[in-house]
Amino acid sequence: MPEIRNFTLNFGPQHPAAHGVQVDEGVDRPLLTDAQSFRGLHQTLAIEKLLGVEAPIRAQYIRVMFDEITRILNHLLWLGAHGLDIGAMTVFLYAFREREDLMDLYEAVSGTRMHATYYRPGGVYRDLPDRMPQYEASRWHSQKEVDGKNEHRQGSMLDFIEAFTDRFPGCVDEYETLLTDNRIWKQRTVGIGVVTPERAMQLGFSGPMLRGSGIEWDLRKKQPYEVYDRLQFDIPVGVTGDCYDRYLVRIEEMRQSNRIIRQCVDWLRNNPGAVMLDDAKLVPPRREEMKADMEALIHHFKLFTEGYTVPAGEAYAAVEHPKGEFGVYLVSDGANKPYRLKVRAPGYAHLSAMDEMVRGHMLADVVAIIGTQDIVFGEIDR
Amino acid sequence: MTDSSRQLAEQLQQRFGESLQAIVDSVGEVTVEMVPDSLLEVATALRDEPDFSFEILIDVCGVDYANYGRDEWVTEESTTSGFSRGVEAATAGRLTAVTEDLVVEKPRQSKRFAAVYQLLSISNNRRLRLKVFAPDDDLPVVPSVIAVWNSADWYEREAFDLYGILFDGHPDLRRLLTDYGFVGHPFRKDFPLSGNVEVIYDAEKKRVVYQPVSIEPRVLVPKVIRSGTVDAVDLTQLAEETEAAETGEEAQ
Repeated sequence: MPEIRNFTLNFGPQHPAAHGVQVDEGVDRPLLTDAQSFRGLHQTLAIEKLLGVEAPIRAQYIRVMFDEITRILNHLLWLGAHGLDIGAMTVFLYAFREREDLMDLYEAVSGTRMHATYYRPGGVYRDLPDRMPQYEASRWHSQKEVDGKNEHRQGSMLDFIEAFTDRFPGCVDEYETLLTDNRIWKQRTVGIGVVTPERAMQLGFSGPMLRGSGIEWDLRKKQPYEVYDRLQFDIPVGVTGDCYDRYLVRIEEMRQSNRIIRQCVDWLRNNPGAVMLDDAKLVPPRREEMKADMEALIHHFKLFTEGYTVPAGEAYAAVEHPKGEFGVYLVSDGANKPYRLKVRAPGYAHLSAMDEMVRGHMLADVVAIIGTQDIVFGEIDR
Repeated sequence: MTDSSRQLAEQLQQRFGESLQAIVDSVGEVTVEMVPDSLLEVATALRDEPDFSFEILIDVCGVDYANYGRDEWVTEESTTSGFSRGVEAATAGRLTAVTEDLVVEKPRQSKRFAAVYQLLSISNNRRLRLKVFAPDDDLPVVPSVIAVWNSADWYEREAFDLYGILFDGHPDLRRLLTDYGFVGHPFRKDFPLSGNVEVIYDAEKKRVVYQPVSIEPRVLVPKVIRSGTVDAVDLTQLAEETEAAETGEEAQ
């Protein structure tokens, strides 16, 4: 009879497949952060809820469009990194090709590729630009090369997004030809990390982790915020609750996000209007007003030295983040600062369930399970 | 208040009336306050009874009410030297890096620490918030709900780590987010923003060592409560009323 011994292994944080977590003796100590999440909307919604204000409809469409752009960004990063972790190299390069275009959108509206404070209480910072920024030729990039990159950037930002939505379904097909029927991919994911629907709810799962186990639950459909109730899209649901099902769910979500973005582009083209509330107590004045108008200058000064006060009370606002339910619990005592702000990140509940998910699996499957949870450590140790 | 939130509030009142201290229905969200002793019983019923069936515990977090409703900037009246500059550390722990000298004033709310639970019912598509104040400020204890919802595990460990709330019945209540050997609970209102110790590389000892913090924290934007947003008098009255009710109960 073979001798069975138990070992304690330190897994991470240096190993890249651990995504920066260190797992020792069952203690998970998140140490590093590795990617972006879309902070912003849930927090903005909680503040707006307590203030009792609603952003203009055009701002809501813009927010929804950027939420879906971010969902694609997130799923592309997840797909690339997950593939890399369990042996598929090429898909990473493909995924990052499309991510560049989407990052450029963020840069064009906010000036920064990540952590854009584009959503503000009361709307969005500014309307979409009329002209998409273009690449310029340099010593390293010839005019011909640059012209190719600028092919879709001749018109407005909406034109660029529309061109993206035209070609993106083809890109998803490319990823699928690499993975969906790939024998190695299926060997690594089918039947790995199975979670039953009952356990998924007990463990506090949300997002694709819950839908992968066959529970039809998406806040965008069930508790619609912003303008999701006006848009057409479907919610993919898994059957077996293994890593492969969650992969299929996320792939389909990218296609659905593309559909939503397309509908937003059509609406935004035909419906110009304000993107920010006209409320001097909440929204900073425009620079030109500020230089000519005393009232505007005072408002600017008060907003940037003291801020605005939010009525006393508490609110919880949640959105369907690409990784699951991202919520903000906000307690205000009527001051210009939140008294308590708790960020409820989906990855926290998922990572806490890792112990249960890896029981009885091989060591190599730990990597597949961390990957399928779509963990980003910025949301675990906040 | 919305129709669905009012309906939920009424259902809760009917079913649990006695064991709940308060049912608050605000901005379309229902919050239920209760004493720790009734938490487990109510939580189990909320999970299992088809009228409620809150299958998912979304979040547990701690709240320290020590400075609730207390601001550090007098904006209503001026003195001979002008308006308050708002740089006094009226709310404890803001400017000092030594905890021992700090005395937390009696909070305006009657109890200091609360555990807050966010529940979600998938079958009925609605949310509920439970709030449990720990009876003893010096040794805050509330029962653990880990047997009712397994997802409470790490959430309770986090609340213990950051606030020092003890969850009675938790099988493995260790620190989760702070460093090995960390002293104190960093989200308490009397814990200095700068922390107590900093980590530096000691060239002589050729290793990383801890030393007391050397930075001097300062308030850039003072906390201010504008009249009309919160009624500070009301809060004091509330605390007095609760106290009066408590002493009344004891007398009985």
